[in-house]
Amino acid sequence: MYRYDTFDHTFVRERVRQFREQVQRRLSGELSEDEFRPLRLTNGLYLQLHAYMLRVAIPYGTMSPTQLRALAAIARRYDRGYGHFTTRQNIQYNWPTLSDVPDILEDLAAVEMHAIQTSGNAIRNVTADPFAGAVADEIDDSRIYAEIIRQWSTLHPEFSFLPRKFKIAVTASPRDRTALRFHDIGVALTRLDDGDIGFDVMVGGGQGRTPMVAKTIRKGLPKQHLLSYLEAILRVYNQLGRRDNAFKARIKILVHETGIEKFTALVEEEWAHIKDGALTLPEAEIARIKAFFAPPAYESLEPLPLAYIEKRRADTAFDRWVRQNVVAHKQAGYAIVNISLKPDGGIPGDATAEQMEVVADLGEQFSYDEIRVTYEQNLVLPDVRLTDLYQVWEALKAAALESPNVGLISDIISCPGLDYCNLANARSIPIAQRISRRFADLKRQHDIGELKIKISGCINACGHHHAGHIGILGVDRKGEEYYQITLGGSGDENASIGKIIGPAFSSAQVVDAVETLVDTYLGLRDGDERFLDTYRRVGEKPFKERLYATH
Amino acid sequence: MPLIKDGTIVPDSWRTVADDAPLPPSDPVIISFARWQKDRDALAGRNGQLGIRLSSAQSPALIADDLHRFQLVALEFPKFTDGRAYSYARLLRERHGFKGELRAVGNVLRDQFLFMHRCGFDSFEVANERSARGWAAALQAISRAYQPAAEAGPSAKPLRWSLSAR
Repeated sequence: MYRYDTFDHTFVRERVRQFREQVQRRLSGELSEDEFRPLRLTNGLYLQLHAYMLRVAIPYGTMSPTQLRALAAIARRYDRGYGHFTTRQNIQYNWPTLSDVPDILEDLAAVEMHAIQTSGNAIRNVTADPFAGAVADEIDDSRIYAEIIRQWSTLHPEFSFLPRKFKIAVTASPRDRTALRFHDIGVALTRLDDGDIGFDVMVGGGQGRTPMVAKTIRKGLPKQHLLSYLEAILRVYNQLGRRDNAFKARIKILVHETGIEKFTALVEEEWAHIKDGALTLPEAEIARIKAFFAPPAYESLEPLPLAYIEKRRADTAFDRWVRQNVVAHKQAGYAIVNISLKPDGGIPGDATAEQMEVVADLGEQFSYDEIRVTYEQNLVLPDVRLTDLYQVWEALKAAALESPNVGLISDIISCPGLDYCNLANARSIPIAQRISRRFADLKRQHDIGELKIKISGCINACGHHHAGHIGILGVDRKGEEYYQITLGGSGDENASIGKIIGPAFSSAQVVDAVETLVDTYLGLRDGDERFLDTYRRVGEKPFKERLYATH
Repeated sequence: MPLIKDGTIVPDSWRTVADDAPLPPSDPVIISFARWQKDRDALAGRNGQLGIRLSSAQSPALIADDLHRFQLVALEFPKFTDGRAYSYARLLRERHGFKGELRAVGNVLRDQFLFMHRCGFDSFEVANERSARGWAAALQAISRAYQPAAEAGPSAKPLRWSLSAR
């Protein structure tokens, strides 16, 4: 993985010192809260419902055991012993005090981490495929380009006060594990005609109150032009994006109101001026970054070791976990392990300091010193030997991290909702917990199969409800929490926006409604169709009829 | 409001003139874009230095063909969160080759100095004294940059850019 050199260390340490001094000026009253707000935001510090919240960047969701242990230590020392992994592959702490934050940032800097641009109207932490480097179908490791974009976008002097926040994701596989098409810019690696690597660039995706699937702005961009092309898009957006209304300020609105053809022409015109300038990526610079992501020294292993097969036969719980949470690796004898942070009745994405340390140890012992975070709020050990899987599973079990439910109905994405967030209209976490408990029977979950439920506590859609096979949106109805249900959303390569099925349900009704939808699906399912496939085949009618006949 | 130029607080030799006020014959004056549009031809015979002030909704593309007429361009930051003028500044310097004084005006605060400087501004009408006193510290706070900006010459490289020579 990427390692800081003197340049990066100097930069991050200076940034911490700068923020320490800004905090001092705030505490002394020299800075007003209004003046301080954008400074704390570009250092990841929010003021929430009850306390400050610090969001730490985990660039493209990759971290070392040392880094994860540092995150655990921060949770223990400055917070309440836990952290919350987010849909942007970051981690949030919900209870730090302002005066501690410079010390936290210093602890982070010591392990090559920071909280720069995890909020504010700037380019946010760049995300990438959590399985990068470990899957067979990728063109190259998406993190190489995510790291290049991370560096270029860090304290970019021109783009630190954009009309609104700006999110970029990078993927390199036909299977999209980043929700690429719901980003302001999606960068998809592609193989060019000459065999070299290039990019298909998408723009204007997003969720919030106006969900949009990103549109392609350029196909086959040669790799040396990546940064100049991004700079051209950002420059057009910075000048023309709406600043009169925060709800219309994202680039998706500009692209939509301008029209993709005209917007593309504006970007191409800007790009023509800068394309062969100082941002052209030299081959040597790409190679320098690429070297950090060289594959680990895999051993030549048996593709299916007998001991592993026997363990699976002998232990049905282990077998079920493997079937649901373990994914094929590009290297024979290895596997990608998903660690579910969605225990029965738990808070999606939360991990205690002790759990983080267990995962850090496992990463160190069994996965070549790497751990990943997924946007679906789970963790990943990317490079585990099949023969080590049983031991890994037992260690996870001892830490209550063995839920075999990745991709299933209880693997819910949820925003923090009204339990933490001052924007929320309704609570999200308790709904996730209740659904998880209602479907606690694992046999039933496995029978239902892949079903992605995503819950947001307000229209800002941090819980990705638009992209849920079943989406749940909390709304306020005369002071009471209600939940609107959408069907048919998807965040993968066949991205779609869910459609509202009908009137909202009360908090007391909403879990029953989900169960009705699931039962309807099971009655209509053709073969091994997923919920989403059935919905796409039959449409909303049968779901709607059942849902509103019984309620 | 204090004016910072070449890193120090200096008296302002320029005067911003209202649209309906008469122009002094030879003193350096800053006029609005509206006045420029109205008096463009009449101003051709004037001796004094001329500056123009653009709002954050007015792109410098509007004056690109007339840039040789101006010794100063002032770009407004109505709120420090309105970042359009960062792009305008870079375009003036890097695209249109403007060599005159590029002045940041409006809600110009200490914590934006470094960004503004890197985008090509070289004078700063600062919102308050306290901010102005923080100039040197603000510019020295971060000595490295990950991306070339207006200061970059033709030999600039992406990703590794030292600001210490400043």
